[in-house]
Amino acid sequence: MSTLEIKDLYVHVETKEGTKQILKGASLTVHSGETHAIMGPNGSGKSTLAYTLAGHPKYVVDSGEALLDGQDILKMTPDERAKAGLFLAMQYPVEVPGVSMTNFLRTAKTEIDGEAPSVRTWARELSQAMKRLKMDPKFASRSVNEGFSGGEKKRAEVLQLELLKPKFAILDETDSGLDVDALRIVSEGVNRAKEANQFGILMVTHYTRILKYIKPDIVHVFADGHFVKTGGPELADELEENGYDAYLPEGADSESALA
Amino acid sequence: MSDTQAPNAAADVEMSQYVADRSRVNEEKIKQDDEIIQQFGDYSYGWHDSDAAGEAAKRGIDESVVRGISADKGEPEWMLDMRLRGYKAFLEKPMPEWGVDLTGFNADDFKYYVKPIDKQAKTWDELPDDIRNTYDRLGIPEAEKNRLVSGVAAQYESEVIYNSIQEDLKKQGVIFVDTDTAVREYPDLVRKYFGTVVPPEDNKFGALNTAAWSGGSFVYVPKGVHVDIPLQAYFRINTPAMGQFERTLIIADEGSYVHYVEGCTAPIWSEDSLHAAIVEIIVEKHARVRYTTVQNWSNNVYNLVTQRAYVREGGTMEWVDGNIGSKATMKYPACILAEPYAKASTMSLGFAGKGQYQDTGAKMIHLAPHTSSTIVAKSISRGGGRSAYRGLVKIVKGAEGSSNSTVCDALLVDDFSRSDTYPHVDVREDDVSMAHEATVSKISEDQLFYLMSRGLSEEEAQGMIVRGFVEPISRELPMEYALELNRLVELQMEGSVG
Repeated sequence: MSTLEIKDLYVHVETKEGTKQILKGASLTVHSGETHAIMGPNGSGKSTLAYTLAGHPKYVVDSGEALLDGQDILKMTPDERAKAGLFLAMQYPVEVPGVSMTNFLRTAKTEIDGEAPSVRTWARELSQAMKRLKMDPKFASRSVNEGFSGGEKKRAEVLQLELLKPKFAILDETDSGLDVDALRIVSEGVNRAKEANQFGILMVTHYTRILKYIKPDIVHVFADGHFVKTGGPELADELEENGYDAYLPEGADSESALA
Repeated sequence: MSDTQAPNAAADVEMSQYVADRSRVNEEKIKQDDEIIQQFGDYSYGWHDSDAAGEAAKRGIDESVVRGISADKGEPEWMLDMRLRGYKAFLEKPMPEWGVDLTGFNADDFKYYVKPIDKQAKTWDELPDDIRNTYDRLGIPEAEKNRLVSGVAAQYESEVIYNSIQEDLKKQGVIFVDTDTAVREYPDLVRKYFGTVVPPEDNKFGALNTAAWSGGSFVYVPKGVHVDIPLQAYFRINTPAMGQFERTLIIADEGSYVHYVEGCTAPIWSEDSLHAAIVEIIVEKHARVRYTTVQNWSNNVYNLVTQRAYVREGGTMEWVDGNIGSKATMKYPACILAEPYAKASTMSLGFAGKGQYQDTGAKMIHLAPHTSSTIVAKSISRGGGRSAYRGLVKIVKGAEGSSNSTVCDALLVDDFSRSDTYPHVDVREDDVSMAHEATVSKISEDQLFYLMSRGLSEEEAQGMIVRGFVEPISRELPMEYALELNRLVELQMEGSVG
């Protein structure tokens, strides 16, 4: 049983216009086996929370803690966080030309586990995982994310989630840009990986439609840099009905209609 | 942020702090690089053997040195004349004022002719122990034994000290000997082609090579013969301030195929050495030649090389050129597409680390209709190193239906290295197809973050990105060279993380 505790997190970024405070006292506790949906209007800082936890250098932590089983991951480099058991499925995974998926996955697996996977079981595990995600076998020899469609990128992220077996998975807008079939395949992949490894999930999303496939235990509303409301799955239904207007600062444009 | 400061003032303070932080990072990075370079292990070929021949050698060049080399080799008159033409041209031609920094270059500093042993060895065992050990450490006899190569030439200082070729190739009429031997044993063939692709007056360092050349390979592949496994040449400099001037001549007769691979290393000395080679290649009708270089000279070698191929109808010439080492390299493998449907490609990689300047590129001269050429040039600069692509594509009037495609990609690993592109295009024909693409990229924060978030350390992540960048070149190399190239790139990248 693992626990991820985020305590009163303040984060800013440097922009051309100057310092921009994004997270303003975000606190959350997630246990193994739980699925938390983090929902909120655009620009509320929910993706910032995801990238801050994974350690993207753009996000500067002012104060607060993020403890994974008592260890403050905010003091770690991104690779140390990954080894500690954190995984971020990114909304826009970057291309790495000339590096094959096979090579990349094997290297990552070796680093996370601290030893190279056995050649035979690894090849089988990889090809089965790809098959389940309905990925063309040729995919393995392509360069990391290069020329992938939006759907292929998301599948590749979930493939990594299945293979790397983290303690906590952060899914950043994993549903964006997917058609219904792709959304189902990707969601099933997440559910399978969770079933097998019982990790905790922080699912960052703007829309409720992915929640039909990946059932959250707890739903949070995130607005203006912190959690403003927490409830059960019924909270998602309420958001579906009424949108985020109630959580927006007064006078802000409502561009938060839910799909 | 204090309340009394205006927001802009705060931003200014932060910006100047940012700049200060950046420059401190750079200084620390340079210092760390220095420490690594100080360590001998950074360049793994830096050992040297005992050096009686080198110590006794005379430095500098004049006409008597040129005549002396020729006399020592017992050359015919025509070759001496060729050398003297080269020497005259060397004196007359100015130092190039473009490309790498040659201000510290002095032709009188170098040893022009160092004979490490009297007679070429027939077996590796005949070589003196330390020379033999050097080649063992480089893995050459092993490659020969395992038939990864179909012939081996090992040049040490000025002489090819060992040269072999598989019997079955010999029976098919393939010639693979050192060029000195070729002058004695195949004088008609050599005289017919020597200096025809790169004339003595071609350029300053080509002229110097013509005056002082020694060693190199002579290859003749008869009509229709395919040499399926590469011929391998290995060039080693041992003594300080050596001038190595090998001269290679490859003739691929009609419909034949050969792949020639060369590697180069040298010890780390405080004095600079000079490697000024000439490679001339004649590709007859429908023949195909591939010439691969994995150059890993130590960082005290000037590498100023002229490589050129003359390609006849339907022939194909391919240069694969990896420049990892040296202090300064100027090298632009060239193809003269002399007859219709001749094809050529140059794939090059330059890696400029601290204190290195890789000025590399390609020349494609289209003289006939329906000739085609491709250039893929990749460079990596780090630690303040400088790389440049310098290219010439020329298509003359009447070479209709010809095409060239050029792709230059530069990768900057940090903020204080440099990359330049000097493409020169001279097209005098309307009916041609030309494509040019150039990119300069940096290893992005997002790429590093992505790989690191999957468990790779920063150094591993950088290494993976750089290996991916060179992959289009390394996949063209024979397997063991591809591995070697990746290893060299990794060594070059070591300590790059500040």
